Amino acid sequence: MKPAPFTYLVAHSLDAALALKAEHGDEARFLAGGQSLVPAMNFRLAQPAALIDLNPLDELDYIQSNGTLRIGALTRHRALEKANAHPLLHEIMPHVAHWPIRTRGTIAGNLAHADPASELPAAMVALGARLKAQCNSGERWIEATDFFTGPLTTALGDDEMLTEVEVPTLPERTGTCFMELARRQGDYAMMGVAAVVTVDEMATCTAARLAYLSAGPTPMLVSDAGLVGTTLDDDAIAAAAETAKAAIDPAGTVHASAAYQRHIAGVLTRRALVKARDRIA
Amino acid sequence: MTRVAVIVNGQSREADAEPRLLLADFLRHELGLTGTHVGCEHGVCGACTVLVDGEPVRSCLMFAVQADGKTIETVEGLADGDKLNHLQRQMREQHGVQCGYCTAGVLMSMTALLRETPSPSEPQVREALSAHLCRCTGYQNIVNAVLAASS
Repeated sequence: MKPAPFTYLVAHSLDAALALKAEHGDEARFLAGGQSLVPAMNFRLAQPAALIDLNPLDELDYIQSNGTLRIGALTRHRALEKANAHPLLHEIMPHVAHWPIRTRGTIAGNLAHADPASELPAAMVALGARLKAQCNSGERWIEATDFFTGPLTTALGDDEMLTEVEVPTLPERTGTCFMELARRQGDYAMMGVAAVVTVDEMATCTAARLAYLSAGPTPMLVSDAGLVGTTLDDDAIAAAAETAKAAIDPAGTVHASAAYQRHIAGVLTRRALVKARDRIA
Repeated sequence: MTRVAVIVNGQSREADAEPRLLLADFLRHELGLTGTHVGCEHGVCGACTVLVDGEPVRSCLMFAVQADGKTIETVEGLADGDKLNHLQRQMREQHGVQCGYCTAGVLMSMTALLRETPSPSEPQVREALSAHLCRCTGYQNIVNAVLAASS
């Protein structure tokens, strides 16, 4: 058997899960989809004393898209992929690992794992999402931009669970685009960008958010990038790509040097901004 | 030890499992279903892919205790006795099999693909196949087999 022994605890309600976490603290890990935790346990990189299995919690498996999009913690990637609940998230989902991983992996598990190479954390930062953390004694909302504090590190406390993601409705005249470069679709990307741009009635840009994955210790947000006030013409987009290249902080991967990652960021930024602009209805 | 009861390939089966026992090892060692192969054991290679309640999953990334009460399909359930099913026959005829190590997992993912999308495009087959590593065939003949098996 690959994983070290652990005590297996099953939560049949959210309250029970939070009570168990309060009792066991950092000795216990929540088990959601297990698609990052179980590999770490198989390698014995993670040896939690106890697992609190959340899989029976159907109450946390939902996508509510009337107005603000609300995604329950236990929602599987596969469900979000099929739901077509948000244009940017719909574009991203086929890039999040492979089908058998998406079958099990959960949205909150992905976010709470906080892998800087993961797509959804960058998406949530680009979209200005907020995340609900609950514990035995209450709840609080954390902005996505404050949630990711380092590689595999979040603002969650030892007694807290990420229970819901709230994605604001896109403003009118907003276009989005996601692009990444991976050796195969579904593999970890060498670089990726989620772009969100909004214009006014005169087609002048009023807001621009670019969030990058595999570009630093956390999802890297580049706001504005000199685009606000422009008409998102090709020159402004080219300048924004240069701004973003300088703002990110890639460390290099097995497959791409930091310089190459930066180069890809520039190319993807240009292409994604053109597409996001052209998608503005 | 926990008693784990599952329906595998239409049959009710049960056995004891320690919480840390992976579903792949439960199938192989406790139920004797060695058709499911274990490769990388961290979710990358796809050899251990089985269907749980109809959806493809990595059986190396799920604990057996989590499968209690679930319906599981493994490669042993595809053929009717000695008679290979259509997809299996195409894998043989199109030379989609060489060493066979990845084949059990590939067959289960492709079974799920063809159920959901009976006539997939070549890119759809390739995307589904991207969840699997095959070090022999170069994938082309597996793609051909799946396309030949599609309706």
